[in-house]
Amino acid sequence: MTTSQPTTTQPTTGEPTTAEPTVVTYREALREALREALAGDDRTFLMGEDVGAYGGCFGVSSGLLAEFGPLRVRDSPLSESAIVGAGIGAALGGLRPIVEVMTVNFSLLALDQILNNAATLRHMSGGQFDVPLVIRMTTGAGRQLAAQHSHSLEGWYAHIPGIKVLAPATVDDARGMLRAALADPDPVLLFEHGSLYPTKGTLSAPGGVDDITRAAVRRPGTDLTFVAYGGTLAKALDAAEELAAQGIEAEVLDLRVLRPLDDATIMASVARTHRVVVVDEGWRSGSLAAEISARIMEQAFWDLEAPVARVCSAEVPIPYAAHLEQAALPQVPDLVAAAREVLDPRG
Amino acid sequence: MTSPAHPLDADTARALLTDMVRIRRFEERCVELYSGAEIRGFVHLYIGEEAVATGVSSVLRPDDNVVATYRDHGHALVRGVTARSIMAEMFGRAEGCSRGRGGSMHLFSAEHRFYGGNAIVGGGIPVAGGLALADQTLGLDRVTVCFFGEGAMAEGEFHETMNLAALWDLPVLFCCENNLYAMGTALDRSEAVTDMALKASAYGMPSWSIDGMDVEAVRDGAGRAVESIRAGGGPVFLETRTYRFRAHSMYDPELYRGHDEVEHWRERDPIPAFTARVTEAGLLTADDLAAIEAATQAEIDDAVAFARAGTLEPVEDLTRFVYAEDRS
Repeated sequence: MTTSQPTTTQPTTGEPTTAEPTVVTYREALREALREALAGDDRTFLMGEDVGAYGGCFGVSSGLLAEFGPLRVRDSPLSESAIVGAGIGAALGGLRPIVEVMTVNFSLLALDQILNNAATLRHMSGGQFDVPLVIRMTTGAGRQLAAQHSHSLEGWYAHIPGIKVLAPATVDDARGMLRAALADPDPVLLFEHGSLYPTKGTLSAPGGVDDITRAAVRRPGTDLTFVAYGGTLAKALDAAEELAAQGIEAEVLDLRVLRPLDDATIMASVARTHRVVVVDEGWRSGSLAAEISARIMEQAFWDLEAPVARVCSAEVPIPYAAHLEQAALPQVPDLVAAAREVLDPRG
Repeated sequence: MTSPAHPLDADTARALLTDMVRIRRFEERCVELYSGAEIRGFVHLYIGEEAVATGVSSVLRPDDNVVATYRDHGHALVRGVTARSIMAEMFGRAEGCSRGRGGSMHLFSAEHRFYGGNAIVGGGIPVAGGLALADQTLGLDRVTVCFFGEGAMAEGEFHETMNLAALWDLPVLFCCENNLYAMGTALDRSEAVTDMALKASAYGMPSWSIDGMDVEAVRDGAGRAVESIRAGGGPVFLETRTYRFRAHSMYDPELYRGHDEVEHWRERDPIPAFTARVTEAGLLTADDLAAIEAATQAEIDDAVAFARAGTLEPVEDLTRFVYAEDRS
């Protein structure tokens, strides 16, 4: 289903729910979102590998087992397919499961359930079934975890009709998106970039931001647009700062929602700046960046003053050694160089 | 639930025979319709295996959950999904139980808690575990029955879910329909251990094998299993030893098994065997049998007429049901 998107760029804020600190880490924001979800609806439960006694592979669910007990915070066997499939069944059966699958690389073991069941059941049954399932996982590189823990495959998932794909990049979104995802009657995948967990930010409202339909302008600008999401948002903002020192005003757009893409907000930015650099930690070939570039060509070609540029990861399995890993990923100097190129394509 | 230890009464005998005959005649008609190109796609026939779905379903309550495979016409029929809506689905009509979007392999009915119609071998098994988890969490004493072939027992999803169900005492009946062939691959060519109940018992759940060609044996075994599960005894694995008389699907030249073998199993056809037993026992008369056949014939004629007269979903609605419709 394709719906037209609102043209305003600022998502709504959620209602205040608790007296929370204003400055929080991304990890704390996610944990508070889980706590609110578990406390607010008996049908909700968290299920996954090491979500309970261990406190979550990345510490997100620390303390929740003690607070909610083992039936609401369920440690599962190492069975990605079974736990995602059980999440689907539990959703069909009237619950609101949150399944955690440590990392996107591991989620491939559950890809059958995600694609062939979660994304498909509503349509294949002629609209008879809601699948209100939320699947959380870590994505991305930068922590020297090498080629089986570091990839950015959310673009693959964004290929699939029937699911929604979210990439919270801020503490507002880490805090608020889960609420909207759980309220959604369709399966929602939440991608948490691993480098974000310890980062701090300021909540704009105690409940965070719970819109899951729109992209957001994180920094207004006039000369070009960086389109980024998740782990690349901070890099785009840093690149924009550097360019500002050189008298260039870059707009930074945070996609937030990778499926369905908010075309209207993207094209509105293109209409303002006429130049675009898409930043994507996925591999370039067949990437989300490719999709965005194609959409801009289709919908805003005559607004462009230069070809759309892409800064993606090198097409290698992500390596372990720090210097090689960093060389494989989009970096601020790459973004700055790409920006200068689109500003002066014949330079 | 009828106590399985009790002998059959006439009403139960009639109900069991009727369901087996309904499946058989429905699918025989499917073959004709396929030959006439009115039904397309993959069509997998259950002919020969009718005693399994019939016997298991006979001990279930209407609110129990069923997850089936792509060989699902029989299961849907005995769970109460109407022959009309199944046939219309196979005709690709909007009146079909999946509005023409699923076809033979993807029959669904929320009303009957019939969750497919799953065409990824083993793919429905984790979903069955989740349905049971929901019931357990909500304090409902429903049972989820998960049907799958012996071929699915080579899939990781089977083993993952068996472990999960045993670990969490989920109210699931794992019902293996062992028809000896995973498509064209014989059991002993694909499994190192061919005793399926032995394999299942490794997960610490009650597991046993029954004669899947004998509807009473299936009813008895499934009855004991369901009684135990509903009482909170955790999951049970049941292997039903059965055989499909027809090809795997309509495209199968059957190069992998001999005519003699098929004929041997046909001698154990569950319908004539059960018919003989209940007539000899005086439970049903020749008139009863004729009435069952006549009613079945009428039901299927009506279903075919309904499907033929069905409408096509408008192409403008192609992308409906990918996401929830706007409910505001």
